[in-house]
Amino acid sequence: MLYRETGQFKTSYRRDQAIFPIAQDRWCVALVLVAAYGVVPALANEYWLQAVLIPFLIYALAAIGLNLLTGYTGQLSLGTGGFMAVGAYTAYKLTTAMPDLNIVIVFLFAGIVAAAVGLVFGLPSLRIKGLYLAVTTLAAQFFLVWLFNRVAWFYNYNPSGTITAPPRTLMGIMVTGPEATAAVRYLVVLSFVVFFALIAKNLVRSEIGRTWMAIRDMDVAAEIIGIRPLTTKLSAFAVSSFYCGIAGALMLFVYLGSVETLAFDINVSFEVLFMVIIGGLGSILGSIIGAAFITILPIFLTNAPHLVGLEMRVDLAKEIELIIFGGFIIAFLILEPRGLARLWQIGKEKLRRWPFPY
Amino acid sequence: MGSRESLLSVEGVSLSFGAVQALVDVSIEVYGGEILAIIGPNGAGKTSLLNVINGVYRPQQGRLVFMGQARPRNLRPYHVARQGIARTFQNVALFKGMSTLDNLMTGRVLHMRSGLLSQALYWGRALREEEAQRAYVERVINFLEIEAIRKTPVGRLPYGLQKRVELGRALAAEPRLLLLDEPMAGMNVEEKEDMCRFILDIRDEFDITCVLIEHDMGVVMDISDRIVVLDYGRKIADGSPDEVRANPDVIDAYLGVAHA
Repeated sequence: MLYRETGQFKTSYRRDQAIFPIAQDRWCVALVLVAAYGVVPALANEYWLQAVLIPFLIYALAAIGLNLLTGYTGQLSLGTGGFMAVGAYTAYKLTTAMPDLNIVIVFLFAGIVAAAVGLVFGLPSLRIKGLYLAVTTLAAQFFLVWLFNRVAWFYNYNPSGTITAPPRTLMGIMVTGPEATAAVRYLVVLSFVVFFALIAKNLVRSEIGRTWMAIRDMDVAAEIIGIRPLTTKLSAFAVSSFYCGIAGALMLFVYLGSVETLAFDINVSFEVLFMVIIGGLGSILGSIIGAAFITILPIFLTNAPHLVGLEMRVDLAKEIELIIFGGFIIAFLILEPRGLARLWQIGKEKLRRWPFPY
Repeated sequence: MGSRESLLSVEGVSLSFGAVQALVDVSIEVYGGEILAIIGPNGAGKTSLLNVINGVYRPQQGRLVFMGQARPRNLRPYHVARQGIARTFQNVALFKGMSTLDNLMTGRVLHMRSGLLSQALYWGRALREEEAQRAYVERVINFLEIEAIRKTPVGRLPYGLQKRVELGRALAAEPRLLLLDEPMAGMNVEEKEDMCRFILDIRDEFDITCVLIEHDMGVVMDISDRIVVLDYGRKIADGSPDEVRANPDVIDAYLGVAHA
């Protein structure tokens, strides 16, 4: 009843092409933003911010990046962890070399370097497609992790081989390092995710996004209407890696504080890929929902036995958690192979008609 | 009709795949503003000829002259598109995950100039361009009478409409030459009539020259100004519908005789 677009007439192409053409959607998004910025930092405790929301947001950013490449351009990649590592190590090297540089610029530069690396590892995509391309991006993953392990220059010859985010301030407020409060770090990550989710949405509804999808859906036809496969695929690799690079830098500076290459190993690549598949290929919202599903559901499952008063051995609980988690993934993929975002969309379409079944 | 200027000449083109000769020394003139039909039995090389014209295949011999300029040999399909040649496919080759509107907007890709940053912010030039191109696309949508399916993902459309959307995508590019590979295959009589009307109107209203491959002889004889007949990769006839209909080679190879 409430969710209905009757009477909302679009009188210009600009209005028709808006991200949220329906007024109710605009209200919902505004509400979510107000809650995320105003209510959550005030109410959530340290544990929720540090262990749940911050990693969720960082993974959401990486998932948006991978979705641009895999979901929108159709290029399967298993190099996400590697590109995130590039971002983290670039940001670390840059800020230790130039401590006075604004930390936001450091993060953006980390994204740009990751984009350049992504461009290079995207070159095989011009010849190789599908699963075979995934194998070549796997090479990127292993090579980059190996590089950051082996070349001591990347971790400033630190004998432990780890890199630690130094404390940095933004507008006088400590945002990284051990002294930064969880609420501040949460707000920093949130701002990055909101801004870059908007940018991603703009890209996919513009010319560049349409050329990506054209390459994904029918590359021969795309070439015949004037799309260059070379520049289109490489731009997708670059933009995707840019997102992953920033996510990697945030992972180091805002979430973990101190990492070694293990934090960016192949499991990260798989996890982000699962988020994209479960959330919905070719959907920005889906990337965020998928990241929420993969990061928050295990935490919920871990705490579920306590909530219902069921006590069991820790190792047993952990294994049952994995079984249930796997079961959920299979169930959702059978229910809707095109992801949670598609379920959401179907729900909205039903809601528009309810209660009149025409 | 011979006095009109040539838009495209295919000069002595030969194409082979290993031992298979797809095209043997084929020469064709396409005059500006005409509708040229290419007919012939299956495997005669009709689609191969279209693929040569828009750069998917590179012929071993011969050359193409488009708008008075000889085309370099190493041209890729997207270069050809830039010169103003658009096409549709025998098996519909739409972008299935995108809406009708987005498919047609993608057809405008060559008319877009805005940069990555402008598109990322959806501001300035990118925004102005989106609106300007949308206006042209809406003109094509009105012309093809597909207003109702503007926002529908094309994968969900019936076959006849998909063919029409594909025509729209080619038309949105504002080409000089439009190549249509069996635009009426698998359609019923009404849909064929609609498609014929669109092809004739495209020539008259949009001033676009059309080359089409078609098997329905009624349609071909009705709408084309000239007909080229291929058989086993060779051109066996070239002329007006009446000339071609009376040509004994064509009757032998393709048309056959009526058994009363």
